[in-house]
Amino acid sequence: MSNVPAELKYTKSHEWVSVDGDVATVGITDHAQDLLGDMVFIEVPDVGANFNKGDDCAVVESVKAASDVYSPVSGEIVEVNDDLADAPESVNSDPYQSWLFKIKLSDASELDEMLDANAYSGVAADDSH
Amino acid sequence: MGKQTPLYDKHVVMGAKMVDFGGWDMPLRYGSQIEEHHQVRTDAGMFDVSHMSVVDFTGPDTREFLRKIFANNVDRLTTPGKALYTCMLKEDGYVIDDLIVYYMDENWFRVVFNASTHDKDLAWVQEHAKPFSMEIIEPPNMAMIAVQGPNARTKASAVFDEPIRSEITALAPFTAAYFGDLFISRTGYTGEDGFEIILPASQVNDVWRALYGEGVQPIGLGARDSLRLEAGMNLYGSDMDETTSPLESGLGWTVAWDPEGRDFIGRAALEKIRSAGTHKKLVGLILEEKGVLRNHQKVIVNGLDDGEITSGGFSPTLGKSIAFARVPKDVGGSCKVEIRGKQVLATVVKLPFARNGKPV
Repeated sequence: MSNVPAELKYTKSHEWVSVDGDVATVGITDHAQDLLGDMVFIEVPDVGANFNKGDDCAVVESVKAASDVYSPVSGEIVEVNDDLADAPESVNSDPYQSWLFKIKLSDASELDEMLDANAYSGVAADDSH
Repeated sequence: MGKQTPLYDKHVVMGAKMVDFGGWDMPLRYGSQIEEHHQVRTDAGMFDVSHMSVVDFTGPDTREFLRKIFANNVDRLTTPGKALYTCMLKEDGYVIDDLIVYYMDENWFRVVFNASTHDKDLAWVQEHAKPFSMEIIEPPNMAMIAVQGPNARTKASAVFDEPIRSEITALAPFTAAYFGDLFISRTGYTGEDGFEIILPASQVNDVWRALYGEGVQPIGLGARDSLRLEAGMNLYGSDMDETTSPLESGLGWTVAWDPEGRDFIGRAALEKIRSAGTHKKLVGLILEEKGVLRNHQKVIVNGLDDGEITSGGFSPTLGKSIAFARVPKDVGGSCKVEIRGKQVLATVVKLPFARNGKPV
């Protein structure tokens, strides 16, 4: 069973979100990294770029395939994790510390539509079978 | 659910992620694919390749038949156990499959075909065998394990007692022999030394367990693909198929033009292709920027985007992305590859990318 921390919020497309004030920190879940396999390249968005909820805004490339990462909320990118350029494998070893980007929320009510840990565990379990 | 090899339960118990490959449920990886790759480059790993098709051709006309249906010439095989790599072509010179043929004796040649091409291969050889005094037999309940890596021969032979241990260790490259029920060849698909072992399904779990006991780690199809890519070895269905000839697939060296009188299937068409001049060739690419080369990405040479990546991925040995690409023949030392709408720089190199565990 993959690790699904209770304090985070989730999307059906396997992003996790941690909210601090009006900034959301975003990464991909343990289940997602396990499905994709060893990460070899991660492309993060540009700081200052604006995205709508559901836009593809980053790419994670594993030995298996390239996968889009979707913005879980609308807003402006305020910070990206440059450490991933030299250490993409940290997404495999520590997916909940290896955030991809931080986005300033333009509509905090979008957070209400996200999944809690319990609901996401159900999504992850369905998709494993 | 797909077909299962006799080692299926072992893969599941060992925690493998199973995937469909040519209608078979096969292990993609047991843990980290990159670690599995390094395991083979630096020590020894084993692959379940029981999905491959073992077919025996027997009878007085066997050599004559194989001279006709293979582009390489089985007359190069005169020593029992010796192996030959060849393509099997259609009349139009395009590739039905690539395979290894072993000379057993004058009335018996053994062929190992790919898994995904099994049905069409068998239909093709049966159709063309009709005028020949020869039988085509698929030995039932067979399994196959590949053991590969710099320590593969030492660790694999340790599974056996003397005198077989010494005999296996003494097998020459690209040669095979029977040891009891086990047909062992010094061949592989990784660019490393090692063996491929064809054996009865009833014995494969014991041999797998014994190899594991010697420290030979299980390796999935994911690492098998990155290993063969680094070694510059083609994959049927990606790098060549029924729309490409060996001449534009880096396999011209496998076509035996001499003697001129050998009228193998596809020869006439291939001679026309050769005299007209091929426009494309298969080359190696190393990506010089961030990203990963993937199958079917467009390759831009001299401003034209009519090149294509046939096999791409990440090379653990080089720490960079590498690929095979079919490109215009006049390609220079570099080209561009289109990745998600952006053009990135790649260097054109000769194959292989790696040999004996090291970048070339």
